Amino acid sequence: MTDDTLRIGDYSFHSRLIVGSGKYRDFAQTRAALDASGAEMITVAVRRVNITDPVRENLLDFLDLTRTTILPNTAGCYTVDECVRTARLARAAGINDLIKVEVIGDDKTLFPDAEATLEATRILVKEGFTCLPYTNDDPIMARKLADAGAAAVMPLAAPIGSGLGVCNPYNLRIILEQATVPIIVDAGVGTASDATVVMELGADGVLMNTAIAGSGDPIAMARAMRLGVEAGRLAYRAGRIPRKLYATATSPLEGVVR
Amino acid sequence: MEIQLNGDPYTCDAVTTIAALLATLNLNPDRVVVEHNRTLLERGQSLARPLKPGDEVEIVTLVGGG
Repeated sequence: MTDDTLRIGDYSFHSRLIVGSGKYRDFAQTRAALDASGAEMITVAVRRVNITDPVRENLLDFLDLTRTTILPNTAGCYTVDECVRTARLARAAGINDLIKVEVIGDDKTLFPDAEATLEATRILVKEGFTCLPYTNDDPIMARKLADAGAAAVMPLAAPIGSGLGVCNPYNLRIILEQATVPIIVDAGVGTASDATVVMELGADGVLMNTAIAGSGDPIAMARAMRLGVEAGRLAYRAGRIPRKLYATATSPLEGVVR
Repeated sequence: MEIQLNGDPYTCDAVTTIAALLATLNLNPDRVVVEHNRTLLERGQSLARPLKPGDEVEIVTLVGGG
């Protein structure tokens, strides 16, 4: 097959799986899961340093930044101001200009505040960030975010950490049909088949954290997700057969010995 | 003297700088980002800025997250 590189802004990836770095037992497990997943991009959060904590290990010390792209997020932000301030702090770390734009509207569902996400994306695009906004599965919002200059749009499959898989494949298909930038399905994936479904729908990539970190064996699940994403992408590019109500035989109809 | 550090009151030496504060806290300057009175200190910017009583300092780092 022809080149299947995923391009987001000025960044290129062979892997279409992006992972999160949250909820692992420790940094060593985070790194092992990342390696098993084959992911080339990993999200991180921006948080105050714990002044009283004597432990001085840092997540970045466990990652190979020559092979792994860091995608800082604005998780935990509920307003445009918090989001923009967090994004600027992330960029000041001096790693890159990528930002996963997250402005949350509700602490039970963690659904994005679409209006605030769009406003924050507009501001951050103007400031030169490569923006990957996390959004709901509304095709109108996806289009507006792309028009606002997002380098990729990241609609959710289901609420963060819910493990429900794709709740609305029809909306996702519409988003994919109308997409002018890469569409990365982010949040809600539960197991490998969910990731395969996402890729078979035609998504450009999938982002997940809890599905791997919260599984019984994160290293094994990371590998399963790698395979699931690859299988889904191959199947999508191969072109599936149509769904039919009735059968079509696969063995010749003539020459049966009766 | 007292400053606001990461949202809480913090007592430090009277004559000090951001750089000295990071050293006192045993923080690697390459692994943290500092806001001083809402001004973001970019990479390469001098951390020799003096601290004054009542200053607001935020020190953040990149941590695990989805």
